Amino acid sequence: MKLFFSFIRKEFWHVLRDTRSLVILLGMPVMMMLLFGFALSNEVKNSNIGILDLSHDESTQLLTNRFDQSRYFSVTKNLTHESQIEEAFRKNELRMVVIFPPKFRESLLHTNQAQIRLVGDATDPNTSNIMINYASAILRDYQNEIFGEQKFPYQINVESSMLYNPKLSSSFNFVPGVMTLILMLLGAMMTSVSIVKEKEKGTMEILLVSPMRPLMVVITKAIPYLLLCFIDVLLILVLAYTVLDMPLRGNILLLLAESILFIFTTLSLGLLISNLVDKQQTAMFISLVGLMMPALIFSGFMFPLENMPLPMQIISNLIPTKWYYSIVSSIMVKGLGIKFIWKQTLILVAMTVFYLAVAMKKFKIRLE
Amino acid sequence: MLNEEIVIKTNKLTKTFGDFTAVNAISFEVKSGEIFGFLGANGAGKTTAMRILCGLLSPTSGEAMVAGYDVYKENELIKKHIGYMSQKFSLYENLTVRENIEFFGGIYGLSRKELKEKGNDLIGRLGMEKEANKLVGSLPLGWKQKISFSTAILHQPKIVFLDEPTGGVDPITRRQFWDMIYEATDAGITIFVTTHYMDEAEYCNRVSIMVDGSISALDTPHQLKEQFETDSMEGVFLKLARQAKRGE
Ligand SMILES: Nc1ncnc2c1ncn2[C@@H]1O[C@H](COP(=O)(O)OP(=O)(O)OP(=O)(O)O)[C@@H](O)[C@H]1O
Ligand SMILES: [Mg+2]
Repeated sequence: MKLFFSFIRKEFWHVLRDTRSLVILLGMPVMMMLLFGFALSNEVKNSNIGILDLSHDESTQLLTNRFDQSRYFSVTKNLTHESQIEEAFRKNELRMVVIFPPKFRESLLHTNQAQIRLVGDATDPNTSNIMINYASAILRDYQNEIFGEQKFPYQINVESSMLYNPKLSSSFNFVPGVMTLILMLLGAMMTSVSIVKEKEKGTMEILLVSPMRPLMVVITKAIPYLLLCFIDVLLILVLAYTVLDMPLRGNILLLLAESILFIFTTLSLGLLISNLVDKQQTAMFISLVGLMMPALIFSGFMFPLENMPLPMQIISNLIPTKWYYSIVSSIMVKGLGIKFIWKQTLILVAMTVFYLAVAMKKFKIRLE
Repeated sequence: MLNEEIVIKTNKLTKTFGDFTAVNAISFEVKSGEIFGFLGANGAGKTTAMRILCGLLSPTSGEAMVAGYDVYKENELIKKHIGYMSQKFSLYENLTVRENIEFFGGIYGLSRKELKEKGNDLIGRLGMEKEANKLVGSLPLGWKQKISFSTAILHQPKIVFLDEPTGGVDPITRRQFWDMIYEATDAGITIFVTTHYMDEAEYCNRVSIMVDGSISALDTPHQLKEQFETDSMEGVFLKLARQAKRGE
């Protein structure tokens, strides 16, 4: 145990005395938080929307078809009551709901006024915003058709709102994304680089020639990074809460527990990489290109997954970051509990066990 | 100082990488307290043989005992009784002299108190009081090698393996390094050392010369010089090296 701590202390010294790692460790999360703070515009295609038609008349029928035919939307569900909206958003079935009030056509023709409500899923506020704009455009077109170009007092009033996220700040959306990326970067890259560095410098040989068990050598190398990653999770949460005014909706303990799980995932990926390569540069390259790029592309926070071609969507299921991102945004933005994310959690556990098993097997082979 | 206890014994020890035989059926014995020189040109297989004896590599065939333990089955036990200084420089550059000593002593299970005492003692003997809290990376190579050696024997192993410990070091420091080696043998530690410097071969009790994976000659420096009818180890080495096929 004493030995264990002296290893950990040694590892901390390494990190703290190396300005480059310190910058990555502390500068990176802060920089990313600010960088992604600028709203990212996302494109929307064939997003699933629901219709809550309380009027069932000619106009609402026509408008529903218009929505369905538009390249931005496809109507996948007809709702009967407003209470179903939240449920549908939670299950990720729908991204937006169009609500036609009772007697829509009647009031439009007789009072020259009609209300339509658009409700967006604010988990992804950028996308929701864009969707509401597109939907409003479709409604405007329809209005122009029936009343001509004349600036008549006839009007369809569009009232839009967002569920879960009334302030519609884009920061809410990217915070889980930054957390995912940072953990992937630190967990996998820093661990693999630090282990490979010992191989390159020859110190690994000295450790392996000592009575220390090889497994112990590797575990003690990984633990400091577990701690450092965890500190970064806290750092990001504090930044989100204080600088971005982000309310932490879900259970914070659940969020931290899931984060620790994901840190384990990234550490085991780091171990795996360190067993495959002998050069620090290679380790860094694999971490950046092999892990960070897919993490960026396939987590769904920069590029909405539903806009991707099917093969890409299938690939995205193999990327651990997708699941962690989904877990974090479910907890942080939607305030959901374990009941809604146990599937993602199980997938992450399975992935971690798999990576660890492969890493350990490779490690044994190396030592014959 | 020499006694007849045998601490290393190999019999037709062989290591192949694919179809390349790096170490080819070498057999030798090293006695307790001896300084055993393990010579050979670049690529002769010295490091490979040494790594097998240290339990870092498992041999392809043959037998070897180190400190009374079998290299196949008991390599974990071997590790407790040896010290190793690898060919690559191997201290942590980011740690201070004292931190390195304490860390490497620590992995051999020395207690905190022992580490403090031995660390201070060592720093005193090396005359590095002023540098004790400097990062190792900022020190000259010769000093690093001395620290490296001292940490390798901090836990008082039976045998210490030194792989080209003086490579690239100036003659004066080399001389001091060899004084440290003699001190270690006085403390009962057996030395197994490889070197490229022929003058250092003269300091050894016995010398083996490896050519292309096999041991071509093994005796005291005096006997070798007589056998090869030359007056320096340089001469012995040149005559043997001529047989080598592995080029540089
Ligand atoms: N893991 C390995 N796989 C394949 N070949 C190897 C491996 N390790 C060493 N060799 C080869 O075995 C031969 C002997 O290498 P070794 O390092 O033992 O030589 P050496 O005598 O220590 O040389 P030097 O004086 O340069 O240190 C070399 O030709 C080397 O390329
Ligand atoms: Mg060598």
